[in-house]
Amino acid sequence: MPMIAPKRYYQPERETMPAEQLRELQSRLLVEQVRHVWDNVPYYRDLMEKKGVTPDDIHGIDDISKLPFLSKADLRDAYPYGLLAEPLEKCVRIHSTSGTTGRRVVAFYTQEDIDLWEDCCARAIVAAGGSAEDVCQVSYGYGLFTGGAGLDGGSHKVGCLTIPTSSGSTERQIMFLQDLGATILCCTPSYAAYLGETMKEKGMGPDDIPLKAGIFGAEAWTEEMRRDIENTMGIKAYDIYGLTELSGPGVSFECEAQSGMHINEDHFYAEIIDPNTGEVLPEGTKGELVFTSLDKKAFPMIRYRTRDICVLRREKCSCGRTFLKMAKPMGRSDDMLIVKGVNVFPSQIETVLLNMGYQANYLITVDRVNNSDTLDIDVEMTPEMFSDNLSVISKREKELVNALKGMLGIYARVHLVSPKSITRSEGKAVRVIDKRKLV
Amino acid sequence: MTVNQISVFVENKSGALAQITSELSNAGVNMRALSIAETQDFGVLRFIADNDRKAAFVLSDAGYVLSVTPVLAVVIKDEPGSFARTLRILADAGIDVEYTYAFLTPRPGTACMIFRVPDNDAAEKVLTDAGVKLASKEEMA
Repeated sequence: MPMIAPKRYYQPERETMPAEQLRELQSRLLVEQVRHVWDNVPYYRDLMEKKGVTPDDIHGIDDISKLPFLSKADLRDAYPYGLLAEPLEKCVRIHSTSGTTGRRVVAFYTQEDIDLWEDCCARAIVAAGGSAEDVCQVSYGYGLFTGGAGLDGGSHKVGCLTIPTSSGSTERQIMFLQDLGATILCCTPSYAAYLGETMKEKGMGPDDIPLKAGIFGAEAWTEEMRRDIENTMGIKAYDIYGLTELSGPGVSFECEAQSGMHINEDHFYAEIIDPNTGEVLPEGTKGELVFTSLDKKAFPMIRYRTRDICVLRREKCSCGRTFLKMAKPMGRSDDMLIVKGVNVFPSQIETVLLNMGYQANYLITVDRVNNSDTLDIDVEMTPEMFSDNLSVISKREKELVNALKGMLGIYARVHLVSPKSITRSEGKAVRVIDKRKLV
Repeated sequence: MTVNQISVFVENKSGALAQITSELSNAGVNMRALSIAETQDFGVLRFIADNDRKAAFVLSDAGYVLSVTPVLAVVIKDEPGSFARTLRILADAGIDVEYTYAFLTPRPGTACMIFRVPDNDAAEKVLTDAGVKLASKEEMA
């Protein structure tokens, strides 16, 4: 068999584009994207008129700060069709967020939008060492969630043999990893950690599977988790980032350097702003991440406030890509808690609950007892988690406590409560009671 | 031959058990036997009803998390040593008992033991081979 040097980039002309040329491309695309929403989306036109800006004011990427922001609340107001920029007959797909923190977001895609998104995912797979010779197991959920569809499409584009296991059925996942010799695994980092643990319990080690790389995203994770996963599975673990609003996974991805995620800047322009004032902050400063899509058709996003807090850095990367890098998001700007000196995001807790088969309905209580912070989480019992056998329930509860500890880095006491006993609200759910403030 | 046991998740707070049992009484469901296993935060109420299907639907409509599990109902003599003899049969056959509870039957001189075992068929075989009588669903109604 002839040896072919593995491709380092999926689209080298884009991924290694010189900075100046990239800026020209972004400028040209932004002008077109703004014109596209102005002409086709009354909601955007209203926002722009309120800010006193028209497409004639936008000559290039430097003018982007003249444009109004788009928030999650706008997406809720405009649900479902209010931000649609193409006639429905040109759209071929929707995806949707889980809607656990309010009304769900429904995003629309034309065939071109899907192609662009799959290209982004293909770039991530190639950056993780993937090629047509690889077997790629996609264990993200398939369906409304973007994870499965995005990586599946990217895997096809790269030419990998794709195993669409979707999420769940851990036994079967491990069977395919072993029997079909998957070399790349795509799933959430907490699921990867769980797969690793299950393999360990079965007495399987890194040498029992040919897996070499994992592309893990859709939730916050830590460097400790990365090391654990890499060691138990004997792989390199790469981060991937994305938002349904922008397309899905693949907005940014990690390369061999594993030091931040390259943003696909030819499609998504990133800014960091002060979440309180909206002022654009210089590169290297921590703030809220804002994205503008540059060439989306059906569902363009102009200065969309992600609420993710992170840092952007443009530096020479050993991989040769010129795209700037974003640090792992430190969580959402509006709901971080500090417990025992550790940053705790409700979204992390939610992720663990969903992965372990519980509902995303929970109540966090933080208190201070004897000068020490305590973290208690009420979790609703589900039919899937229930058993007539108390020790089975207790075992599952313990697994949940361990998974939470792995994600948060601190111990949280779990209380199983009756289904639907935690108040649900239409808007942003009340998930945190911080009793420390009352002292 | 098994009977259906209903197991219900019960949060550890005052009135929780009263609420469940009044749902059942409003529906005219009668409990034949029950047991509760509990932790600090919650418990599992297990019971045998005269109408298991009705009991399950009533409670699940009321929003409870529950499961229906086939268990063995063993009829024994109401006298010292009869429970021990039944357990010995199971132990000798290497069958573990996950949990068990007892109740007296309306028939004088007999009691009934509920057994939750990993394999009902295997347990039923060793018990009937040893001449132990199992109660049917109809006998619980």
